[in-house]
Amino acid sequence: MTNNIIQSNRRSFLKASAAAGGGMVLGFQLVSCKTEPKRPSFVQPMLEEPKEWSNLNGFISIGENGVVTIMSPNPEIGQNVKTSMPMIVAEELDVSWDNVIVEQAGLDTDKYQRQIAGGSQSIRFGWDGLRKAGATARHMLVAAAAGQLDVPASELTTSEGVIYHKASDRSLGYGDVATAAATMEVPEEVELKEIKDYKIIGTDTRNVDGFDIATGKPLFGLDVQRPGMLIAMIEHAPAFGMKIKSIDDSQAKSMPGIKDVFTINVEPDGFEKQWSDVNAHPGLVAVVGESTWQVMKAKKALKIEWEQDTSAESSSDHEASLAGLVAKSAEAARKDGNVDNAFANAVKIVEKTYNAPFLAHNTMEPMNFFAHVTKDKAELEGPVQTAQFLRPTVSAVCGIPEENITIMMTRMGGGFGRRLYGHYGTEAAVISQKVGAPIKLVYSREDDMTQGTYRPAYKVTYKAGLDADGNMIAFHVRGAGTHGSPVFADRYPAGTVDNYLAENHTLESNISTGAWRAPRSNFIATAEQSFLDEVAEAAGKDPIDFRLELFDRADKNPVGEKNDYDAKRYAGVLKLVKEKSNWGSTEEGVYRGVSAYYCHNSYVAQVLDVTIEDGAPKVKRVCCAVDCGIVVNPEGAINQIEGGIVDGIGHAMYSALSFDKGKPKQNNFNNYRLIRHSEAPESIDVHFVDNGERPTGLGEPSLPPIGAALANALYKATGTRLYTQPFNEQEALLG
Amino acid sequence: MATYNINVNGQSKEVNVESDTPLLWVLRDSLGMVGTKYGCGISQCGACTVHIDGKAARSCSTPISSLDGKKITTIEGLSADGSHPVQQAWIEHDVPQCGYCQAGQIMSAAALIDSNKNPSDGDIAEAMNGNICRCGTYTRIKAAVKTAAKNA
Repeated sequence: MTNNIIQSNRRSFLKASAAAGGGMVLGFQLVSCKTEPKRPSFVQPMLEEPKEWSNLNGFISIGENGVVTIMSPNPEIGQNVKTSMPMIVAEELDVSWDNVIVEQAGLDTDKYQRQIAGGSQSIRFGWDGLRKAGATARHMLVAAAAGQLDVPASELTTSEGVIYHKASDRSLGYGDVATAAATMEVPEEVELKEIKDYKIIGTDTRNVDGFDIATGKPLFGLDVQRPGMLIAMIEHAPAFGMKIKSIDDSQAKSMPGIKDVFTINVEPDGFEKQWSDVNAHPGLVAVVGESTWQVMKAKKALKIEWEQDTSAESSSDHEASLAGLVAKSAEAARKDGNVDNAFANAVKIVEKTYNAPFLAHNTMEPMNFFAHVTKDKAELEGPVQTAQFLRPTVSAVCGIPEENITIMMTRMGGGFGRRLYGHYGTEAAVISQKVGAPIKLVYSREDDMTQGTYRPAYKVTYKAGLDADGNMIAFHVRGAGTHGSPVFADRYPAGTVDNYLAENHTLESNISTGAWRAPRSNFIATAEQSFLDEVAEAAGKDPIDFRLELFDRADKNPVGEKNDYDAKRYAGVLKLVKEKSNWGSTEEGVYRGVSAYYCHNSYVAQVLDVTIEDGAPKVKRVCCAVDCGIVVNPEGAINQIEGGIVDGIGHAMYSALSFDKGKPKQNNFNNYRLIRHSEAPESIDVHFVDNGERPTGLGEPSLPPIGAALANALYKATGTRLYTQPFNEQEALLG
Repeated sequence: MATYNINVNGQSKEVNVESDTPLLWVLRDSLGMVGTKYGCGISQCGACTVHIDGKAARSCSTPISSLDGKKITTIEGLSADGSHPVQQAWIEHDVPQCGYCQAGQIMSAAALIDSNKNPSDGDIAEAMNGNICRCGTYTRIKAAVKTAAKNA
């Protein structure tokens, strides 16, 4: 069997291409097809590999020829931080983006802070440090130039990688002073650019890996190949709550290409779990062989007897338990005024319950990891959102000091929260240690879907009381979910109503759950915004006006002090979507729904237009207004928002994971439905609030509200409210 | 195990595998061509799409033994330098998010515009419905297919 050696290091690739005289593509600005019709539109002049790199700090290296390498510190899961984070560095460094090479950093907690993909926080937390990295290096380059030109640094200006001394009409490129700059004192404080001076931030900038993706270059964990590397797969219990009783591996071991079969336990006695060690199946059977197909076949030949260890839970059990919980009161998570009195005085009461099933993450690239563990060292490479938490776990389980463990983060074929929980990285390390060879652990789709850290099943009950004028005078929410309630007690509409009560229940379960794109919000936004639509209707008010009245109250005279949102910014996106969607206009056969939500520090409002074609709903258009402060990369930001909308429609409409005695009933895409091309909106318009606020994240915020915009539009189309996801399985839509 | 000769991207390749080995794993494990992706193994997601005699096919469900005399094209061979109109359109429209499904999407799109120079929204939906994008880039895929068809 032949293994090609893959160089994933972009700089090495550049060097190899340069040596061969090939046309390596590194630029990201397109040359217009209209002006140069015969030339591939994306080809930019090749960047020459410098003879020498000078490292100015952990993010920036500059070659003597002025080529700049910027390290991207955080894991790339499709949220486009590998483009947007280096853009921020390049802005303050004041270089031309066309002269920048981006490289993915490995795990290095000395150089970088929070190398995590999660909570839409990379840009928000990275903003100051990334700008400072660029500005500090610029300061050092200018200081070096001042020395060479023998002028005060204050007389120098920079632009696109060149330092100018206007008075003497002299200039130096960054490359000319990079070596000297690297020895300059690192300034404690640096001046940062004003927004009006930005040249890169706020500019549409294409994905730095776009060319490599379109040409099939090895970028992902599953693409890692090394000399002598074996393939490993695991077999986990078929149901939650089961464990291995006995194993007959004689047939599997005798099959072609199979090297070994053994059991592993990634949670040995005394192992102390971190938050990221969520894993329902620590005891596994591992099969190791020469090729993936051989190992897949051997896996099927295993004869394993499993035994019940803990409870065997079915979806009907979860439903009954959640229903029981929301029917009874819990300790108040927040209480304003007196809801009992207010409901007694209300002239109209609306009370509804909303439900959603477990969801699998279903990243298109299944879980996998490369590991090469030797006597006292471990080298790992693969897709993980939390490498800095994987390292101590591998250290504890394999008995290798943390300083001897390296983790390279590959581009990931999706994350959505699944790869916050890196047990598969630990499994790879344990398997490599046991077989004494480099291995790549590969999960089959079925392995992946049936052992997740799922989005919990949720149920929430809302009750609102209106006075004679249609004002909301009382609001009560009570939520329950596996491993935690979906309710955010201090989030809207808390703060807008005098009498408010939020209660949380938790259902314990042996089904493992975790963060799934916009945790809790991914359900509660749909429930809350569907409910408020129904309350607005009961109040006889336009759904946008009704919400704006509440925001006005929360802005001018908020109830309580802990409200976690800015009512003005929240209202701002609603007003923008109202204007941009031409709310109030009508079109025959087109039904509209509105929704707005705040999470992960960003505000989103959406208007969705649906038609019914051949008895099935078709989303014609989504108009979306977003306030995420400064938009670092508009093109990438719009892509994220579009993706969240499609993802949110898809999961609210079609997806569910259910259980029969602990066994997931869905195990692949033939029985777990994901949204497909024909079901996506025909068009999505995105509009940003331009307010110069500090930037916040976009990986998650557009997803949560869209389910309600869809439900509210479908109500207009069918006359039936939808309370249970997936909507496609509800009677109103089944016809 | 048996020896098979297959034609991949215009080159004859000899591999020694079992007869039921899917083309996907021959490409990825035996030939080290990892541009073609594994997503489901049962022809449901389209991540493994290649061309067999110019038609889009799911390599995860195509055994090596069925490929005698057939011409296989993978994402690596769609063009020598990334200049295929579909690849260009994908870059121009900045389609990918995570990017994992996109090789399969591009191969499906390339087969479509090869046979249909002016695909309607319906044609695109029909040709692309077998390719799942979990990141939800479908609206960009539609726009990119139209641009590619125009430039092909």
